[in-house]
Amino acid sequence: MADTPQTPGNPAAGRPLSPHMTIYRWPATMMTSITHRITGVGLSLGILILAWWLIAISNGPDGWNAFHAVMNTPPGLLVLFGIAWALGYHLLSGLRHLAWDLGYGFDKKLSERNSVLIFGLSFLVAAGIFVLVWTGHAGDLQ
Amino acid sequence: MSSAQSPLRRTRNLGASHSGTGHFWRERITAAALVPLSLWFLYAVLGLAGTNVVTALRFLALPWNALLMAAFVLTALYHAALGLQVVIDDYVHTAGSKILLFLLVRISVIAAGSVSLFALLRIAAF
Repeated sequence: MADTPQTPGNPAAGRPLSPHMTIYRWPATMMTSITHRITGVGLSLGILILAWWLIAISNGPDGWNAFHAVMNTPPGLLVLFGIAWALGYHLLSGLRHLAWDLGYGFDKKLSERNSVLIFGLSFLVAAGIFVLVWTGHAGDLQ
Repeated sequence: MSSAQSPLRRTRNLGASHSGTGHFWRERITAAALVPLSLWFLYAVLGLAGTNVVTALRFLALPWNALLMAAFVLTALYHAALGLQVVIDDYVHTAGSKILLFLLVRISVIAAGSVSLFALLRIAAF
């Protein structure tokens, strides 16, 4: 026993190894799980931008212009696109979490399919938001 | 015994954390509330994108809009604090860093909340 140590490098011992994260193929559900977390942390930071936006508006034209001067740059727009995508993603994925909490949607095939669907839809949401803004139709909503 | 509750009453259903499923439940309640609130938020922000500060001030000065924006910000902050606590619990394992991060999250949340409410009040008084 001492001369066949049970390490991942020596599975030849024929004994089962305890599961380890790195040996798994990443299924879609694992991707959506960690992405839900990452978007959650990102959105938490995003609220700080929202707080700044509210302060900027309350400061009148100067604040509004200062906010736009920062956000209307490539990195600023990238951050805004990231927030739009993260909000769409976290909302859709969150709805699925609530469904799971109620006991629905645990089927393996369905979970895989919904994971792909959530990723796809979240990018559509973000793209839709930006198309509305860039084509100047965003204001039409009100 | 300094409490009117019996030790059994205090431990029953509340487990080792002494808060039971309270954290889990609050996370779900705020999540459910954020579904309609974030849809309204998207509608509000999209409607103001590409306009000007006067439109934004008029929009946020309306009582319902101010209330909904305040509700969205506060609920989102509460939900964020609950969620970030889980992330910290899962990945940070030294007591010092953990306490420091919890404090950072809570102070930031309170600061962001008060600043946002103050901004909304100021807009309403414009």
